[in-house]
Amino acid sequence: MEYFIQQLVNGITLGSIYGLIAIGYTMVYGIIGMINFAHGDIFMIGAFVALISFIIFGLTGVALPIILLLVLLIAMLFTACYGWTVEKLAYKPLRGSFRLAPLISALGMSIVLQNYVQVAQGARVKPMQPLISGGLEFFKNSEFIVTVSYLQIFIVILTIILMGIFTYLITKTDLGRAQRACEQDRTMTALLGINVDRTISITFIIGSSLASVAGMMFVLYYGVIDFYIGFLAGIKAFTAAVLGGIGSLPGAMLGGLLIGLIETMWSGYVSIEYKDVAAFSVLIIVLIFFPTGFLGKPDIEKV
Amino acid sequence: MEKKDIIQSFKDSLFTGFIALALFGPIVGLRTASKGEGLFITPQWGVVFLLVGLCILGRFLINLNSARTTEFTIFSKLASKFSAITEDKAKHFAITAILFAVVFPFLPFTDRYFMDVAIMILTYIMLGWGLNIVVGLAGLLDLGYVAFYAVGAYSYALIATTFGWSFWICLPLAGLFAAFFGILLGFPVLRLRGDYLAIVTLGFGEIIRIILINWYEVTNGPDGITGIPRPSFFGLPFKRSPDEGETSFHLFFNLEYSTMHRIIFLYYLILVLALITNYFTLKIRKLPVGRAWEALREDEIACKSLGVNPTNTKLTAFAIGAMFGGFAGSFFATRQAFISPESFTFIESAIIVAIVVLGGMGSQTGVVLASIFLIGITEMFRDLEQYRMIAFGGAMVLIMVFKPKGILANRKPTILMHGDKK
Repeated sequence: MEYFIQQLVNGITLGSIYGLIAIGYTMVYGIIGMINFAHGDIFMIGAFVALISFIIFGLTGVALPIILLLVLLIAMLFTACYGWTVEKLAYKPLRGSFRLAPLISALGMSIVLQNYVQVAQGARVKPMQPLISGGLEFFKNSEFIVTVSYLQIFIVILTIILMGIFTYLITKTDLGRAQRACEQDRTMTALLGINVDRTISITFIIGSSLASVAGMMFVLYYGVIDFYIGFLAGIKAFTAAVLGGIGSLPGAMLGGLLIGLIETMWSGYVSIEYKDVAAFSVLIIVLIFFPTGFLGKPDIEKV
Repeated sequence: MEKKDIIQSFKDSLFTGFIALALFGPIVGLRTASKGEGLFITPQWGVVFLLVGLCILGRFLINLNSARTTEFTIFSKLASKFSAITEDKAKHFAITAILFAVVFPFLPFTDRYFMDVAIMILTYIMLGWGLNIVVGLAGLLDLGYVAFYAVGAYSYALIATTFGWSFWICLPLAGLFAAFFGILLGFPVLRLRGDYLAIVTLGFGEIIRIILINWYEVTNGPDGITGIPRPSFFGLPFKRSPDEGETSFHLFFNLEYSTMHRIIFLYYLILVLALITNYFTLKIRKLPVGRAWEALREDEIACKSLGVNPTNTKLTAFAIGAMFGGFAGSFFATRQAFISPESFTFIESAIIVAIVVLGGMGSQTGVVLASIFLIGITEMFRDLEQYRMIAFGGAMVLIMVFKPKGILANRKPTILMHGDKK
C-alpha cells in the first residue's frame, strides 16, 4: 500500500510534466488540425535554456526562489521564440496544402532542431546538481517510507498555478475567445475582423512556453538531459493529448496525469525495461477503441 | 524601388536579426561542457554574431529583390520542366539507368568504396520503392517502416543461424514474416485517419525496437546477432579456402581469389531485388488492387460508396510494402553479417519516408533520384554527420514549403475516365 502511494505521488509529478507538453499538442491540433511533431523538440529546447540559465544564475548566488522565477521566465521567453519561428517557417506556408504536408514538414523541423542542439551543445548528456532537496516523509513506522520531495510539491503546485492562469486566459479573455473562434471556423473568424494569423502565432507561443516550463521541471526532476529527450517525451505527451481527447484542454491535463500514472505503475509493478512499450501500447489501444479520447468531441468526416 | 520600401525592408531585417539573436543566443552562444564536476559554460559569441548577421543579410536581400516570388517561379518552372522531361523520356531514362547500374561494377574508376556506397544506395532505393507502395500508391503515411526492415533482418538472422538454411530459403521466409507483421499491425490501425496512422506506426516501430533491445533470450539484446552466414553463389561460397567437399566460387570459375567477388555479387543481388520490387509495383498498379489503392488515396469516401473495402485494400498495401521491407532487411543482415537494434532507429524510418516524399510520392524515378541525392552526395560529407542531418531535415521542410508534391510529382491516377483531359 505504501509502495502504491509512493508510485501515485511519482506518477502525478510525471503526469504534470506530460500534461503541460500535451497542452501544446492539443491547442495546435484544435486550431489548425495538424500534429505538431516538433513540439517535443521545443520542450527539449526549453529544457536546455533552463539548464543554461540555472548554471548562469547558480554562479551569482541569488536566493533560490528568485532563481526559479527568473529561469522560468527566461525559458518561457526564449522557447516561445522558437515556437513562433517554427510556425512561421515550416507551417504557415503550408496552410491549405494537402493533409500530410504539414506533418512531413514538422518531421523535418524535428530532425533539424534535434541535430541543431546536438551540434551547438554537444551530444553528451548534461548532468545538473539537484537544486531543491529534501522532502516530507509519511508512514514512518511502516516498512516502506513514502517520501514526497519538495521538488515534487513544487512541480505540482506550479502546474496547478499555470493551469489556472491558462484556463482564465482561454475562457475569459478576448484572446481566448478569438482562439476558440478560430477553432470553430477560421474563415468566419477572419470575416469578423480577428487576425487569424496572429491568433495562431499566439497559440504556438503559449504552447511553447508551457512546454518550456515542462522542460525546466524535467531538468530539475531528472537532473540529466540530452538532445534526444524531446522524442520520447513528445510521443508520450501526444499520447496524453489523444487519451484526453485531442482538442480538449482539460483532456490534455487529464491524459497527462493518466499517462504519468500508467508509466510509473508499469515500471513499479510490471517491468522497467518495457515502460516505453506501455506508453506506446496505450496510444495504439486508445486510438483504436476511443479515437475521440475521454473528453473529446466526435470528429465528423465531411465530404 | 522606393525609399520607403527600403527603410521598411531594413526594419524588417533588423527584426529578423533580433529574433535570430534570441534563437541562437542561448543555445549556440552558451555552450555547456562538463569539466570535472558539474557543468560550465563556454561562450561562443562569434558564431552567434555570424549567424545573426547572415540572417539579417539574407532577409534583407530577399526583401530587396522580392526574390522570393521570382526565384520561386524559376525554381518551380525548372522543376516542372525537369519532371516533364523525365516523364516523356521515362522509358529511355529507366533503360539507361539500369544499363549503367549493370556495368557499374566493371567501370575503371569503381573501387571498393564506390561499391559499398552503391550497395547502400540500392538498399535505400529498394526500401523507398517498397514504402512507395504504402505511401505513394495507397496514401498511408507509415513512419514505422523500419520495423518491417528490422523484422526481415532479424528473422533472416535467426533462421539462418539456428537452422543453417541457405539465403534463398531464408529470404522468402523473412519476407513472409515481415508481411505477417504488416498484417498484424495493419489490421487494427488501418481504420485510423492519416496523421493518427502515422503516429501509431511510429509507435509500432519503437515497440519493435524496444523488444529487440530487451528480449535477450532470442535477440541477444543490444549486442545483436553475429556470425550471420554470408550468401553463396548458388551453393558456391565466396571463401579463399573452402571446407572439405566444397568448391568455392573462384575455384569453380578458375579465377584469382578476390574479396571483390562477394561485393560484386551482393551488388547484383540487391540490384535484382530492387528491380523486382519496381517491376512488381509497376505491374500491380495496373491490376484492380493497384487501382483501388490509388482510388483510396484520392477519395476514401467515394471508394466506400463504390464498394471498395478500404480496410482490406489498405491491408494488402501494408503487407506487400512490409514484405519488400523484409526482403531488404534480410539483404542487410547477410551483407553486414551482424545486426543490432542500433540499425533500426526512428531516424531510418524518417530517411526512407524522406526519400519517398522528396522524390515525389508515387514516382518510381523520384525515389531513385532522391536516394542518390540523399545517400550518395551526403555520403561524401560523412565527417559532417550532424550538419548532414540538419541539412536533411531542412530539405524536408523546404521541399514541403515550395513543392509539396515532391521533385517529381506523379500523383496522376494511372487511369482516367474519358481519357486524359489535359
